Amino acid sequence: MAIRRIFIANRGEIAVRIIRTCRALGIETVLAASTADRDSLPAQLADRTVCIGPPRPSESYLRVETVVAAALGTHCDAIHPGYGFLSERAALAKMCEENNVLFIGPTAAQIETVGDKLCAREAARTAQVPVVPGGAVSSPREAVELAQSIGVPLLVKAVGGGGGRGMKRVDRLRDLEAAVELASAEAGAAFGDPRVYLERFVASGRHVEVQVLGDGQGSVIHLGERDCSTQRRYQKLVEETPAPGLSEPLRRALHEAAVRFAERISYRGAGTVEFLVDRERDAFYFLEMNARIQVEHPVTELVTDIDLIAEQIAIAGGAQPGLTQADIHGHGCAIECRVNAEDPANGFRPSPGRVREVTWPEGEGIRVDTHIAPGSQVPPFYDSLLAKIVAHGPDRPTALGRLKKAISSTRVVGVATNLSFHTAVLADDEFLQGGMDTGFITRLLERMPVMTGRLSNG
Amino acid sequence: MSLTAADVAEIMRLVESSSFDELSLELNGLKLHLRRAGAQIDAVPTPSQAPPVPQPAPTAALAKPDPADPALHEVTAPLLGTFYRAPKPGAPPFVERGATVEPDTVIAIIEVMKLMNSVRAGVHGTVVDILPGDGALVEYGETILRVAKSG
Repeated sequence: MAIRRIFIANRGEIAVRIIRTCRALGIETVLAASTADRDSLPAQLADRTVCIGPPRPSESYLRVETVVAAALGTHCDAIHPGYGFLSERAALAKMCEENNVLFIGPTAAQIETVGDKLCAREAARTAQVPVVPGGAVSSPREAVELAQSIGVPLLVKAVGGGGGRGMKRVDRLRDLEAAVELASAEAGAAFGDPRVYLERFVASGRHVEVQVLGDGQGSVIHLGERDCSTQRRYQKLVEETPAPGLSEPLRRALHEAAVRFAERISYRGAGTVEFLVDRERDAFYFLEMNARIQVEHPVTELVTDIDLIAEQIAIAGGAQPGLTQADIHGHGCAIECRVNAEDPANGFRPSPGRVREVTWPEGEGIRVDTHIAPGSQVPPFYDSLLAKIVAHGPDRPTALGRLKKAISSTRVVGVATNLSFHTAVLADDEFLQGGMDTGFITRLLERMPVMTGRLSNG
Repeated sequence: MSLTAADVAEIMRLVESSSFDELSLELNGLKLHLRRAGAQIDAVPTPSQAPPVPQPAPTAALAKPDPADPALHEVTAPLLGTFYRAPKPGAPPFVERGATVEPDTVIAIIEVMKLMNSVRAGVHGTVVDILPGDGALVEYGETILRVAKSG
């Protein structure tokens, strides 16, 4: 069916991003906004904004029934969930299916499959996609047996966890039993699911993910990879494509593995298959699949010239597949910095408030995705992302040069930002060389005595 | 939009052939209420059976608060949903203009995905105005009732 009006169940820069594509496609937009976001930039840009509740996400953006009622009440054909909030809640996809509203994303069953780490691992194994050596354990005795075959160091992870939560590292086998018991108890309390599994700990790993698009009929294409190894406490800060320094056979193997995995579950829509690339073994393992549009999607868009939001909408609307693998040609390199309202000098503490003045960069190859204009509020209830500054160039040095210039010409007054930290990242020799592992930011902070000195206080 | 006698006859024919005993329709100030002769009134409130009122997407902004008058209290929607003035289609409304309300007087129902939520006045006073139309989508915090406070 032709989608004429889309309900946007999100806020911030991704709401602006979705509105931009809808406008280009001639689709009307209705935005869900909490009382804290009534005057936001997306609220001004949307054709209509409905207030769905108070600022707390649990009383507004996370309410499945309210979101669906608002979409139905405003006669929308489809709901775009953005990322975060309800984007990977099977309950929303299911309620959409039951009420004849299109969910712009995968099916409820696919969200459930990839959201359960054990199901996802099993799907990976059947698709012949390598997984990190490990497996589920239901008793401390079982854990010890498995751990002996995996070897230490290893990780104890919660089945229902994510983003580093519910994870414990074990360096000595004799500490294993206690770690399993503790992780299981914590997981039960935090996620309502006490199941845990063990996984080999890769000492030097890169986070490389592959963007895929599936038509829901079993046909999947990939749009190349993104390197997201520049992370602080599992939060990505800088992302780039292509991943620097990967051998071509490894790069191809990653792409093919992502496609095999998504094909295995007949994935529908835009998704990302995440891998851990083991630098020492030149091997890779499946980590998880994210069943949504990702924050870092712009780097892929810049090198492929494909509008991923438009593709999501087309697939949800049941359009005939417009793209084949032969249509995908990456050109050049793109790097993205996430500008957050957080203070690197104070332990990266969030810094909500009113943005009094702001100047975003412009220039050749520069793209800025943001919802922040002079006078914008940064409410304390949500994530602190202010903007994504992305630079594209024919090669990595050119893109990096453009990005450095863009970051240095950005000015935000009224809230603290991590711009100075980005300047330090982009100027670092290790980053310049590229291909570093996920320990990069920790090492960088150690090289920056002022920041680490304050960090230990904060 | 208005309804001709032929339209009404056609609607009656549709109701006759449907499984519904009752229909209430509200369009731009026009109200039409039909009940099949001898129909039993359902004991369970089912306002969700009221047909949806067509609404263009870019509707007017929220109701503007009345300036001044401190004695005038605005009751706002405690949640987003479909606003119903009566416990079920065709039943008398919970309150009319001029009615006296107590803090726990139920003044409306707001439906969210088949879940009916009673809305209470929260104040003592006299109803001055009821703003949303029956079956309209109300947003969180939207003014639904104006009450002249007493006491």
